Parts: sequence; structure tokens; C-alpha cells
Amino acid sequence: MAGYLARRVVQAVLILLGVTFVTFILLYLLPADPARQIAGRSATAATVQSIRQQLGLDLPLWQQYLRYLGNLVQGDMGRSYIQRTEVASLVWSRLPATLLLMAGAIVCELAIGLAAGILAAVRRGRPTDTAIMVASFLGVSAPQFVVGILLLYVFAVQLGWFPIGGYGTFAHLVLPSLTLGILGGGWYSRMARSSMVDVLRQDYIRTARAKGAGGRRIVFVHALRNAVLPLIAMIGLDIGIFMSGAVVVESVFGWPGIGQLTWQAIQQVDIPVIMGVTLTAAVFIVLGNLLADLIAPLADPRIKLR
Amino acid sequence: MRTLMLAGALASALLCGTALTQAAGAADIKNGGSMIVTYKDDVATLDPAIGYDWQNWSMIKALFDGLMDYEPGTTTLRPNLAESYEMSADGMTYTFKLRPGVKFHNGRALTAEDIKYSIERTVNPATQSPGAGFFGSIKGFEEATAGDGSLSGITVVDPRTVRIELSRPDATFLHVMAINFSFAVPKEEVEKSGADFGKQPVGTGAFKLAEWVLGQRVVFERNPDYFEQGLPHLDQITFEIGQEPTVALLRLERGEVDVLGDGIPPARFLEVRGNAKNKDLIAEGGQLHTGYVAMNVLMEPFDDVRVRRAVNMAINKDRIVRIINGRAVPATQPLPPTMPGYAKGYEGYAFDQNKAKALLAEAGFPDGFDTEILANNTDPNPRIVQAIQQDLAAVGIRAAVKTLAQANVIAAGGEPQGAPMIWSGGMAWIADFPDPSNFYGPILGCAGAVPGGWNWSWYCNKDLDAKAAAADAMVDPAKKEERTAAWRDIYLKIMEDAPWAPVFNEQRFTMHSARMGGPDAIFVDPVHIPVNYEQVYATDVQ
Repeated sequence: MAGYLARRVVQAVLILLGVTFVTFILLYLLPADPARQIAGRSATAATVQSIRQQLGLDLPLWQQYLRYLGNLVQGDMGRSYIQRTEVASLVWSRLPATLLLMAGAIVCELAIGLAAGILAAVRRGRPTDTAIMVASFLGVSAPQFVVGILLLYVFAVQLGWFPIGGYGTFAHLVLPSLTLGILGGGWYSRMARSSMVDVLRQDYIRTARAKGAGGRRIVFVHALRNAVLPLIAMIGLDIGIFMSGAVVVESVFGWPGIGQLTWQAIQQVDIPVIMGVTLTAAVFIVLGNLLADLIAPLADPRIKLR
Repeated sequence: MRTLMLAGALASALLCGTALTQAAGAADIKNGGSMIVTYKDDVATLDPAIGYDWQNWSMIKALFDGLMDYEPGTTTLRPNLAESYEMSADGMTYTFKLRPGVKFHNGRALTAEDIKYSIERTVNPATQSPGAGFFGSIKGFEEATAGDGSLSGITVVDPRTVRIELSRPDATFLHVMAINFSFAVPKEEVEKSGADFGKQPVGTGAFKLAEWVLGQRVVFERNPDYFEQGLPHLDQITFEIGQEPTVALLRLERGEVDVLGDGIPPARFLEVRGNAKNKDLIAEGGQLHTGYVAMNVLMEPFDDVRVRRAVNMAINKDRIVRIINGRAVPATQPLPPTMPGYAKGYEGYAFDQNKAKALLAEAGFPDGFDTEILANNTDPNPRIVQAIQQDLAAVGIRAAVKTLAQANVIAAGGEPQGAPMIWSGGMAWIADFPDPSNFYGPILGCAGAVPGGWNWSWYCNKDLDAKAAAADAMVDPAKKEERTAAWRDIYLKIMEDAPWAPVFNEQRFTMHSARMGGPDAIFVDPVHIPVNYEQVYATDVQ
């Protein structure tokens, strides 16, 4: 186990190094000039040159990259060109909201996806199954903005059950989580259905049936544990996806997560912030995958970590 | 010394002024209450030396003050931190006497040293201020930008008197003393906060910062020591961040927020404006803005004035104004109608596709030509540039549209051969201060036609540059009209050479809840967007 973990950590560091390098190169190749951007529209050429020097933008690419890495190792992600605030504090300030929405969304996805998937598997080939699969398909292909606005309009504006966007209480969390749950639940339900169908064909299920176990017991006690394995890996992936932010849903509901920050930074070509959120997302993707791999043996002891 | 305005603008300013005097001067406005303003994007920085977007511009005005300011709701200059000022006969020296009893939010009294320090801090290259260039007429500017920002032209005469010497007469100088980049900051706080002063601002303004939760909200509260009696009217302003404009509007309709910082979302504009119950909640006013197509005079075929004139005639401006739901008026010249120097009655190039085709044929392009037009990729600019593309196609100009992020368009425009045509929407040009010269130097003069500059048409007319310099040297208040006329002629000459095709001047529409009161002029204040925070009051405490 310790050896496995050490190997995974080394891998992770290499992956993250790769991410910083690729992102850095891509952003370096952008035609926008950060020094000009900071200097603003009324600046003289001398001002721009001085800013370029101060930021080290006049150095060759490899030196800039090494400087960035050197600062990064000390926990310094640089300062935003636009907000002039430390990137670390910008990212840090948005982590709690991001993690909260991620948890809410994954809970909703799992609840919707598992329930629908199991029901479809048990009713395989019947109208219920078809209806659930069509609904899943609609769910995964529906535009986030439309679903978000629709839920907001019905449950917040018309019925007044929830606040119209914002952040702070449990009530604020419901609609954005539900939006992401409806949209992502489709993937989970399809996965849950196919893995449940596989499991229900296994010999041990037939044995349990022969011993007289009831339908519910078969599904929830014998089959479910094996059927959720592929979903655990999906949750790992989802953690990464949500860490890069649920951009659209966050903006519809005014949710102060990383997605908003990322979108703003991309629009303003705020390079240090783009680097920072990319790296943060990468860290979480790596962590999410590691977590999924570590949890899998708990669900299925046959899986060995090597 | 008042900024001269055209008769119409002057009349409206006077009306606003009167309205304001009646409203704000009357003692019947009770202070108290609060206001919630929504914004989609984070507030960048509240450091007056650095903040330079339309969102933080007015927030900074609420926290800080400069020597000069404008009458609320107008473009008329008036002293602010200065109690009075004198200009020498040659217009080269200004002496400002400070108001007594002005205090920073930290309790310390403002002195002339603070004025000197604040301007020098903006000019200091280490501050990386986008506003350093505005102080170019102060003596010692060149040395200051190459060194530590110390300006030999600024002298502290005594704690309440500061003298500023210029290296050339500059009729716009008092406007520069009203611009955010000149606002007074306390040295000790700047040094304490370092690079984070923009997140922990301390000024002399009507409000002070109470709370800033990154990505969520910024809260201002009344400054009880504010030097202007009876202001501000509100106890508190909360800026809620991260709110999609569509959702913000829903919340305003429910009475949860008071002002839409990002304005009425375009998709719902007609419906909201057409609703009779919103009549008193939407203020409309002009904006010191012109949207234009810049044509690069260094690139073929736009080096031929006939081609540029043809483009001017080819664009159906009325249709483009309809595309943006009538939120603008068609433009005939570089200056917007509310700007002194605007040529009233000048028709510009009328929409005439046949004439445009004839001009193109005369220039040697009977079958048109292929070119490229760049535009900012945020709505409504892609839609506008497509309409322009169709108009150009109708006269034979096949323009490929490239929509890019703002920074990339600006970068391309700053290269001599970077872009044959640029639609300016979402980027340029809103005046920094209400003076015609601000529409020339950076975007039409030779100074802006340098790599990385904002003169995307690369139009550089030495003769006009000399005329512009001569106009800005007319500092004698008695020559105001002459100066305005000189500027008007400069812009008419530019229209002859047609480096731009002016398309429209944006109108401002500010929507507010019924809880907010004040004359319409402060909701479309020319120098405060979306609203003049000091002057607005809450109706529920009246």
C-alpha cells in the first residue's frame, strides 16, 4: 500500500508538471500582450516596457517558466493581471463554494442516476426502461443554461420555495445541485443500468434467487454493491470536472465557485489566474482518480492495489 | 472655469443641475437606508491608481476624491478637495488651495503632501498604473516615468496649498485633476497594504469599505466624517458579485435588488422597457461613447480614401441600431452628441450603396475586394459585425469576420499590419473625461499610431496633430468657444479622410428599483456608471 501510494504521488507530480508546462506554453503563444493589458489604453511605450521588465515578460520562455515553477514550489501562484490580487487567495476564496456545490451535485447525480438506473435494469426491455433511457438522454443533452433558468423560474420565481440565486444557506444549494444532478444523472443512470444488468446475470445472483431471496433483497443486498463499482470511477472523474467549475450553472445561480473565476479569467486573458485554476483543477482530477482507486477495493475486495 | 457645452447639452445640463439643486439641495431628503447593486464580474481593484474599468471607476469615485470633480449629473467641472484654484496668465501654473477639515477614512487630515504623493505614485513606473500617461503635461514627467515618479512640477507650498507647473499649456488639465488616477491616497496606508491597497482602500470619499468577500460581495458604508454636508444619502451600498444579468433582473422585479450594474439584459430589453410599470424605473441618457469601424490606412486597399468613404456609405447604421434594440443613436462623426465640439447639423456620409459602389469602381475595385474585419466576441458585437459584413457584401466588399477575445483584438489593432478593419464595440471608445481632445490623441492622433497603440486605423495626420496641440494650448477661459470650434473642425477634417466609419453612440439605460430616488440625471450621470452613488437616496426612509 505504501509503495503503491508513493508511486502514485510521483506519477501525480509528473502529471502536474506536464500540465503546468503545456498550459504555460499555450498561454505564452497567445497573441495578447499582458504588459499592454496592464498598462491600459493611455499608456506610453516606456510604461509598457517597464511593466514588461517588472513582470519578467522580457525573459526567454524557459526562464519565465522556471521562475513560475520556483514561485509555485513556495506556494506563490503569482498575481492576477486584472484584479492585482494573489491568485492563491482568489482560488482559495472560491474553494468552499466549489466543494459544496460539487458535493451537492454528486449526491443529486448519484440519487437520480442510481434510482433511475436500477429501475431501468430491473424493468429491462419494458416501457419504463425505455422511458428512463430517453429521459437520461434528454438529461445529458439538455443545455445547462436552459435547465438552470427553468428550475430557477419555476421553483424560485413562481413558487418562491428557494432564493433566486446566491450563496450562503442550504436553500441556496438545492437548485444548482439539482440542475447539475439532472444533467449529470443521465450518465450515471446509463452506467448504473448497464452494470446492474451485467451483475443480475451473474451466477451468484441466480444462486441467491434459488435460495428464495426476494427481488428487493437481490437488488439492494447482493447486486448493488458490485454494480456501483464503475460509478465510483465516474465520481472520481466528476470531482475533476466540477473542480474546473460548473461555469454555466454557477453564473445562472450566482454561485461563487471556481467556474466563475475561470470564465472571467479566460474572457479577460488573465494568464496567472488561468494558470492557477488549471493547476488547481488538475490537482483535484489527480486526487479524485486516486480516491476512486483507493475506494474501489473497499467495495470489491477482489481488486488489488499494485 | 466651466467646460463649455453645446447649447443643447448645456441646456440639459442646466436642467439637470436645477433638478439636482432642487433634489439634493433641499433639506427634505432624509439620509439612511441602503442599496444593493448587482454585477456579473468580480470587482477588479479599488486602487484609484490602477482601477480602469467601467465597473470599478465609479466605485472608486465613492471612496476617494480628487482636487476637482463634476457637478452631479453633468460634465461641468467644479473644485472638490480644492477649495479654490488659480491659473497663471500663461496657463502653465495652477495653484490649488485645499479645503480645510478633510479627513481620510483612517482619521488623518488630508494635506498638500498627500496630493503630491498620490499623483507621483500613479506616475511611478513601479505602480504599473494605466493612468500614468494622463499626467504627461506636468513638468518633469519624462524624468518621473524613467525614475521613481517624482515630479519636479509639483510643489507643496504649505500644508493646504499645492502648486503644479506644466511643461506646456494644457486646456484639459483640470479634467485630469478630476480623473480617478489623481485621487488622494494616504501614504501610510498604501505602504501598509503594499500591492493589496486595491483590496483595502482608504480614501477621503463619501463611503468607506466595510467588507469585501472575494467573489461574493463588496460592502460600502457611510463615511460619517465626509466633508460635504448631508452626503452621502445612503448608509450602505452592497455590491453583489457573480449575478447573471437575467437573474439580476428577476430579482429586481421581486424587489430583492435595487440597481442592475450590468444594465438590462439585451434579450429582455424591449419587453422591460415597453412595460408601463417600469416607466419611472428606467433612466435614459447619453453616453460619451462612439462605436466605429476602424480602417487601417497602412493596408491596401484602405490606403485609398475613396475606399474608406465607400465603407462609410455602405453601412446601414439605422439597421444596426435596431439590432441592438434601439439602445443607441446613429453616429455621423467621431464625437458623441453630448461632447463639446460635436458638429451639430453635420450629416456625415449618408447610407447610399449605389454611391459606395461607384466610389469603389472609381478606386479600381468594380468587383469589390476581399478583406477581414475583427471584432470582440461578446454579445452583441458578433451580431453587429455580421450586419456590417452583409452591408459591405452588398457593395462588393467580401469581409471575413474574425471574432476574438478583447485582448487579442486590441493586440492585432496595435500591429501596423495586424488588422485591415476592426469593429470597436466592447472596447472603444468611452471618454476618460468629457473633453473633445480625449477622442483624438489615443485613437486618431499620431501618438496612438504606434505599435501597441489604440489608433487602430493608423491614421496619422501631422497637420491635424499640430492643430490639436494648438487647440489644447488655448487655456484662456475666454477662448473656450474658439477652442471648441477648433476641435470641431479637426473632427470634420478627419471625416473627410474617413479613417473611421462611425456607426453609433450608445445610450445609457439604468434600471433601478422604486426604493431608489433621485433625479434621472444621477442615474445616467456622464461620469458615474451605473449611478452617482453619493447622490442617490432611499425612498423608504423618507
